[in-house]
Amino acid sequence: MAPANTHQAKTQFGYRRHPDQDRPGPSPAEHPVVIVGAGPVGLSLAIDLAQRGQRVVLLDDADRIGEGSRAICFSKRSLEYWDRLGVGDRMVEKGVVWSVGRIFHGESQLYQFNLLPEDGHKRPAFINLQQYYAEAYLVDRINDLPGIDLRWRNKVTALEQRNDSALLTIETPEGAYRLNAQYVIACDGARSSLRQMVGAEFAGQVFEDQFLIADVKMTAEFPTERWFWFDPPFHAGRSALLHRQPDDVWRIDLQLNRYADPVLEKKPENVRPRIARMLGHDKFEFEWISLYKFQCRRMDRFIHGRVIFAGDSAHQVSPFGARGANSGLEDAENLSWKLDRVLRGKSPASLLESYHVERSMAADENIRESTRSTDFMAPNSHQEARLRKAVLSLAKETEFGKRMVNGGRLSVPCSYDTPLSSRDADAWRGGPSPGCSMLDAPVGDQAYLTDAFRKGGTDFTLLSFSNGAAIAAPDGVRDIRIGGAGGLADSQGLVAKRYDAEPGTTYLLRPDGYVAARFRHPTREAVAAALSRAQGLN
Amino acid sequence: MPLSTSSNFARPDDAFRAIVEAHRGLTEEQSADFDAALVLILANHIGDIDVLREAIGLARRRMVNGQQQQQQQQ
Repeated sequence: MAPANTHQAKTQFGYRRHPDQDRPGPSPAEHPVVIVGAGPVGLSLAIDLAQRGQRVVLLDDADRIGEGSRAICFSKRSLEYWDRLGVGDRMVEKGVVWSVGRIFHGESQLYQFNLLPEDGHKRPAFINLQQYYAEAYLVDRINDLPGIDLRWRNKVTALEQRNDSALLTIETPEGAYRLNAQYVIACDGARSSLRQMVGAEFAGQVFEDQFLIADVKMTAEFPTERWFWFDPPFHAGRSALLHRQPDDVWRIDLQLNRYADPVLEKKPENVRPRIARMLGHDKFEFEWISLYKFQCRRMDRFIHGRVIFAGDSAHQVSPFGARGANSGLEDAENLSWKLDRVLRGKSPASLLESYHVERSMAADENIRESTRSTDFMAPNSHQEARLRKAVLSLAKETEFGKRMVNGGRLSVPCSYDTPLSSRDADAWRGGPSPGCSMLDAPVGDQAYLTDAFRKGGTDFTLLSFSNGAAIAAPDGVRDIRIGGAGGLADSQGLVAKRYDAEPGTTYLLRPDGYVAARFRHPTREAVAAALSRAQGLN
Repeated sequence: MPLSTSSNFARPDDAFRAIVEAHRGLTEEQSADFDAALVLILANHIGDIDVLREAIGLARRRMVNGQQQQQQQQ
């Protein structure tokens, strides 16, 4: 560890011998699901599966929660997911809430944006929270749940694909043992060793410019906003980002050139004057310093036999846009319910293919957005730099110029063009169309639609707007009724507005909160057909 | 609406002249900066990504044709 990175591991866990390591005879222990990698994605997926009643083995090669500056921005969507996993409140209480970003060019502000300009949502646009806090809270939650067997210092060293399982060889401080899993979920990060074991490529683009990432501790009066500079006076010709985290820690990204010497640039005595110039003082301490070249890459296929990849192991983006950890969490929520159905024999294994289809689409979108942002910050040619200069100068006096300035486009849930959706047959003027994520809205005092969805057990759900004679939900499908006797109150009229609802309007929501189908005048047959399509049954 | 390539100006010479004159007195570097800004302003005014892509395609064909002509001359 570099001398500047004095931050101690927040939590240390012990290795414990498991009876699976002492099985007599040649046959290894059998498990339905083994997750490899206890980062935010693996931990969240384990909780989700356990809440659905699955037994999960979660392996990690370390014995502590990693230190260092990793993910900090967690999106509204991720918070809604964590609410369902029982950890949302804790994350939000510790995190710093923000929704406003400002873009500066030189000395002056070009524009500001608000990522959640409307009221009536339970969760904010974003919180900033150090990844080690997020992981610690997820581990605490796991310890409260039955069904998850979290094994530290268990490193997968070999993988053998079988017809209907995968055989893992696992190295521990007390030697190797083997496990046989129906499904292995690889959440082992950008340098995934499971990806190498399946022999998959990780193709994409490496950006030449280097970025210095520093977490500094200081008391400061900056507002809780995302500040981004092009060509600031304190860092001429390059870009800079300032972001607040809990505990008076601030994230600073400084763009360096492609020829910067990483060893030299990382030395605290060289970083300190750069940051002091930015802040106008040097009353700060370093928590972490690192130098990165950003990459945008993805696997061609997220499913290899019985091994399914999720998070950074499957796709990697630059940090501008907060699309790394958030997209990994979206992978987890997309995969969890599908895997649960397949393991229970309620849906055919082919349902898992829709995980690849939908999350590939999301990965492509995230890579596209992140690549565009990074290219805008670090133009590839003289002409690209010229076009950027034109945009920045037009932004001073035109609205279209402001909108073209790309200092990072922040993560929003992807819309899926997916075989699980049923196409609209009616006319709609708004609302989330099939393949889009559900929208939050208030339902009474201090109560939200996302709460009602969560309390229903996050299974398939019919969201219907009162017309006096709502159709009964099919077997196993939950019900949320808005208005009418016994229904939730649309206290501010925002549910109807956000869902373009008329009396009788009905949405079929998937367990991950995506819209599968919607109807103006639902019939039992139409709902049943949409349901079986969304469950991969036809 | 597809890209219009019929003559839209009542007096095309005026339009051409206006652009030429805007470049007068500029260095090569300034001219390139000016063009970049002008392209972005006009692209936004068109406000139709399909028309813009068609226009880019039409402009790019000049490059291809230019290269072919050069090769033939060599």
